[in-house]
Formats: sequence, structure tokens, C-alpha cells
Amino acid sequence: MLAVPAGCVYPADFDMTSNPTASFTLSRRHLLGIEGLSPEEIVGLLDLAEEFVVLNRQVEKKRATLRGRTQINLFFEASTRTQSSFELAGKRLGADVMNMSVSTSSVKKGETLIDTAATLNAMHPDVLIVRHSASGAVELLARKVDCSVVNAGDGAHEHPTQALLDALTIRRNKGRIEGLTVAICGDIAHSRVARSNILLLHALGAQVRVVAPPTLLPKDIERFGVEVHHDMRHGLADVDIVMMLRLQRERMNGSFVPSVKEYFHFWGLDEAKLRYARPDALVMHPGPMNRGVEIDSAVADGAQSLIREQVEMGVAVRMAVLDALSRNLPNG
Amino acid sequence: MADLRPTLLAKARILDPSRDLDTTGDIFIADGVIKDVTGDLTSAGLPEGTEIVDCRGLIAVPGLVDMRAFIGEPGAEHRETLASASQAAAAGGVTTIICQPDTDPIIDDPAIVDFILRRARDTAIVHVHPMAALTKGLEGREMTEIGLLGAAGAVAFTDGTRSIPSAQVLRRALTYARDFGALIVHHTEDASLVGEGVMNEGELASRLGLAGVPKAAETIVLERDLRLVAITGGRYHAASLTCAESLDVLRRAKRDGLDVTASASINHLALNERDVVGYRTFFKLTPPLRSEDDRVALVQAVAEGLIDVVVSDHNPQDVEVKRLPFSEAAFGAIGLETMLAAGLRLVKDGALDLMTLVRAMSTRPAEILGLPAGTLRPGRLADIALIAPDEAWLLDPATLKSRCRNTPFDEARFEGRVVRTLVAGRTVYEYV
Repeated sequence: MLAVPAGCVYPADFDMTSNPTASFTLSRRHLLGIEGLSPEEIVGLLDLAEEFVVLNRQVEKKRATLRGRTQINLFFEASTRTQSSFELAGKRLGADVMNMSVSTSSVKKGETLIDTAATLNAMHPDVLIVRHSASGAVELLARKVDCSVVNAGDGAHEHPTQALLDALTIRRNKGRIEGLTVAICGDIAHSRVARSNILLLHALGAQVRVVAPPTLLPKDIERFGVEVHHDMRHGLADVDIVMMLRLQRERMNGSFVPSVKEYFHFWGLDEAKLRYARPDALVMHPGPMNRGVEIDSAVADGAQSLIREQVEMGVAVRMAVLDALSRNLPNG
Repeated sequence: MADLRPTLLAKARILDPSRDLDTTGDIFIADGVIKDVTGDLTSAGLPEGTEIVDCRGLIAVPGLVDMRAFIGEPGAEHRETLASASQAAAAGGVTTIICQPDTDPIIDDPAIVDFILRRARDTAIVHVHPMAALTKGLEGREMTEIGLLGAAGAVAFTDGTRSIPSAQVLRRALTYARDFGALIVHHTEDASLVGEGVMNEGELASRLGLAGVPKAAETIVLERDLRLVAITGGRYHAASLTCAESLDVLRRAKRDGLDVTASASINHLALNERDVVGYRTFFKLTPPLRSEDDRVALVQAVAEGLIDVVVSDHNPQDVEVKRLPFSEAAFGAIGLETMLAAGLRLVKDGALDLMTLVRAMSTRPAEILGLPAGTLRPGRLADIALIAPDEAWLLDPATLKSRCRNTPFDEARFEGRVVRTLVAGRTVYEYV
């Protein structure tokens, strides 16, 4: 039993040495993407996350894994759910968590990403959670700091913790990932969630389809090894999972699709279209949802929806990532 | 030139594409001019004080004429000055730089042409000729004073890295320029198709989550331009072609007898889109690096002479605009110092012969621009690069003469380098 310092928020009887039974270490300093993770590493993270799902449902939700560590959430792009999910994950592991929303800070004053990185680095954080609107920006920042960096979304590139939480949600509900058919529907072109999910689902042996109007598909997407569909009837036929993506407002009115009305008519997930999928198909959405644009409320709130469970799994997966990375931290 | 000693370049391999000459011999230079090129001059009575340079194992070629270099003087001297660009050029065997008009102020007025020429005369160690803007303010709307700018010394007319959106504007410019014999150099990229694009469109861009530039952005503009050349009879040069599809378009126009020539940048001949992996901004170029198939097709086009000219596309950008996320970083790479070394790689690989490379980097651009360069003929100014073809070296960015370090050949291994550069008979660079 470690001594509890004065002013510590831990309860007196809290066992500071307790650790999850499934111990797992990521043999890397950063988590920048799903690309490069082995299936074993992905499964290791999911198994570890299961432990945290249990923990998070208890009254006492705290661990000491990151005690004394500093986690900075550096969000160059506004986010409510991802940032709060990481904040909660860090706090439940005992870290001191600081949120920096950069829209209000020095980047507005012309400071470059690298200057920001150097400034934060000088404060000796242990983990940086970074979101940025430019693809590759998190990797660039990671090269300039000494601590661990977790990519919380970079441009249209990757969003690894989202893919992990999606996989955990699927696995808990279907018992497996291998052999499932997953349709990812909507704005694939601008989606980091789609890219990370395609990589992860392929790594674990699922079949992936993308379903979208051609203007919302990136060039040569078929080279990713996915089946490409332009209509929901064929795209959703016999799938196990329907994963909807958010369509940004600025892309709805003539630039990529003609109108919200037309988009919802052909690609919005309502109960009629959901019937193309397997009867036991489950519906997912990374949020925040545009109800009536890409998804109908009846489906979003219906019996087949996993959307709220995804949020719960988000915290557990992020705890698992932080836990697994922290074992590589100096003095860890 | 009175202080210039006569020079004898002795026992060099002499390679002169202007005469298809490839021989071993001596070059005698006096008063800044090539006096004689023969098999063996050493036994002849040389003037007293002649400097004899032992050139055994070296290749003497006409100094390179770089048809596309962005410099920054006036207006962006922190990126590059005429002086620093000329130092970089000399180190790369480039004896004539054609600077681009996107300066501040823009080179769209004869007084600015005059400024560039005077400034270059006073500060640069190689020849510098400006291209003038084709449209006022590079805005793509009203043509510049093509006649007066040409008389002031502009060697061609271009809007730099901007394409003229209006077919009508380009048509009138081609028509008007024809009577002056003026050359129009055009960047062939449809701005609306480029959009937010930062690299070649395709699988790799999709994987990296970067917006792509389709090849059609280039071929559509090239097709349009060549049809305008057909109806106007103007002189046209495509500034930087990158893809196989464009080559088909160009080939057809040349076969139809149009007065059309084209360049490719050394970057597009030596690199491909895969170099961007890791979000390396030094490889962010406009037009973008394309696929390996396109690169190979482009090299083949240079070998056939379909692509007339190889340019450095030298574009210095400082750290502040390059050390950024890829989509936010500036376009451009420096190239004056490395264009020949990178070209020699293609020669070593057997993709090009040296004569063809030197023709595309020296003789052809001089012909197209009407400059008395790109040749080792007696009577011409002694603009010469001496190459040690087997010298292996590693590019150390710290040794670059350019004010910027944005080289895509950072730490690259090369075989073959420039060891001495002469401009009008004066040694302006010597590798020691």
C-alpha cells in the first residue's frame, strides 16, 4: 500500500497498487493510427478495455495507473464528446488532465503547431491527446515532443480510438468481428472514422462495404479492399452492422450532394432501408448525429441502435489506450 | 574582362549537344569567350599566363539554362535574392537563370524588368533573364505590355504558377504575342479542379486523407491551350507537365506542326507521389508529384525529345511555411543546386543519355528563349560546367547556397557532381 499524499482525492482505503488483471503493453510510444497496429495489439487493447467497462460500471471507478502523470487534451478542432471521453478516461486512471481548446489560444495569434508543441513539451506532460483539422498534423506534432501522443483525429486521415471503440461495441454485441459484414455509409471522402474503421475491421477479418454517392467516396477507395456501393439497397443487403457517418453541413447544399432532402431520401438510414440489412443488424454512428440527414430518429433511438453504447465504450477504450501506453512512459 | 586570364580546359570530355559533339579535347577561353575547341591545344603556343586546368576525367558541358526559377527579389528577399540564387545556380552548373515574375512588385512593367537586369548585373554571378507577367498583376484578365517588356529584356511571358482561367484572354495574348515572336509559358492546371488539392489524386492521397489534384486538371488546360495555339499560331510552352496523359496531348500537337514546346521539372523526373508519405512537405509541389508510371513516362518523353526542357522549378520556401501540417504548408522545392546531380542519376540508371540530359537542361531552353547560350561553339561566351561524373557525395543541406533549405534531396546520395562552373570565362564556382 502506497502512502496517500495529503490533499489526495483518493479514498483512504483505495488500493493504489491495483491494476487490471489483463495487463497489456503497447510497444510504441504513440498511438497515431490503426495503420501499423497488429491484430494482436488491437485485440490486446480490446481485451484490456473490457476490464475498464466493468470498472466504469462500479461506484468506485478510479485506478492509480496514471497517478502523478499529466495528460493534456490539445484540441485544435472543437469536440465535445471525444474531448470529454478522453478527459474522463485520464481522470479515472488518476492523471491530472488539462484541456486546451486551441481555438481560443495562441494558434489564433499566429503560433505554429510546432511552437505549440514545443511550449507544451516544456511543461513535461506525459500524454498529449491531440485533434487537428489537418491530416498528418498529429504525427508532425508527435515528432517534436518527448511524451506519448494519442491521435484524437487528424483531418481526413485517422481516428484510432473511434475505430477501437466501434470494434469493442461490435464484439460485445456480436461476440466476434471476424466474418461479419460491415457497411460504412455516408461521407467516406472526408471521414477519418471511415479510414480507421476500414483498417481495423480488415485487420480483424471483417468484410467492409462502403455505401455513398460517388461524390462522397475518395478516389480509388476500392484499392482499400472494400466493396463499393452507391445505393443503400445493395449496400446494406445482408450486412451485420450498419455504420452511419455524419455529413457536414457545408457539404449538403449542392457542393457534394444536391440537398438534405435528396440525401436523406437516397442515403439516410430509416427503418425501410434498415430492412435491407440482416434482421439482427445493428446500427452505429460516431456522433454527433444529424437526425433527419443521415439517420432517422426512429432508427437512432430504435432497438437495433448501439449509438449510446458506443459512447460508453469510448471511455473504456481510451482508458485502455492510456493504460497500455503508460507502461512505456519513462519511470513507468 | 581585362583582369581575366586566358584559360585552357585540358583533356576534358567535351559534350556539346548544339553540335552533337562528344569528344575528348581542349577548350581554350580568352576574353570570356570560347576561342577554340580542338583535339589537342596544349602543344600550340598559348598566350603567356594562361591558366591550364587539368580536366582529365571531367566532362565539359555548356552551362545549364534553367527556364523556371522562382527567386523572391524584389519583395521576398528572405526566401532568395538574385545574388543567393546565382550562388546556388553556379554550384549546380547553372549559368543562366530565368526568373519568374511573381515577385513583389510583380514583373509586369518594363521598369521592373530593368530593375531585375541591373540588380542581377550588380549582384549575381550567373546570367539572369526575367520572364515577365503575361497578365497585369498576374490576375489573368488583361495582357501586359508584351512588346515593351520584350524590348526591355523579358525573354518570355508567363503567369508563373497561375493558369489563365479565361480562354479568351489566353487566345488574345497568343494572337498579340505572335507578331512580336514572344513566347508564352503557361502553367497548365485548372484551378477549380485543383481546389483544395495538395497532392496527386489517387489511392495514396485517399489513404493519407489529403485532398487530391486530378491529372485532368492538367490535361484539360493543356488541351484547351493547344487548340488556342492552333487557331492563333502563337508560340507556346507548357511550363511543367507531369503525367502520361499530357504527353499524348503534346505529341499530337507537335505532330500537327504547332509551335509548341514543353518542360518537365527535375522533381517530376526523379521523384514520385510515394515520397510524400510521412507528410513530408518538402515534396509538396505544384503541380504535384505523380505516380511512378507517370514519372517513367516523363523520363521517356525527355529521352525522345518530346519534352524539350528540364527545369529546376527552384522555389525557395522558408521553415515557417514548410514546417506545418501538409495541407497548410507552402508548395515548392529548391532545385538549382541539385538539378544536374539528380539528372545524372537518370543517366546512371540508363534512362537517359548524358547528351539528351544536357540538351534538355541547356541547349534546348537557350534555343527556345533565343539566348546565345547552351553551346560550346567557338565565338560564344564561355558558360561551361565541368562535371566529375563518378564523384559520390551526400547532399548536406547545411552546405546549400540557397537561402532556403527546402530540398527534396535532403541527405540524398548522388553520383556525379559539378566541380567547376564558368560564366563568361570566369570561374564562379569551384568544388574543393
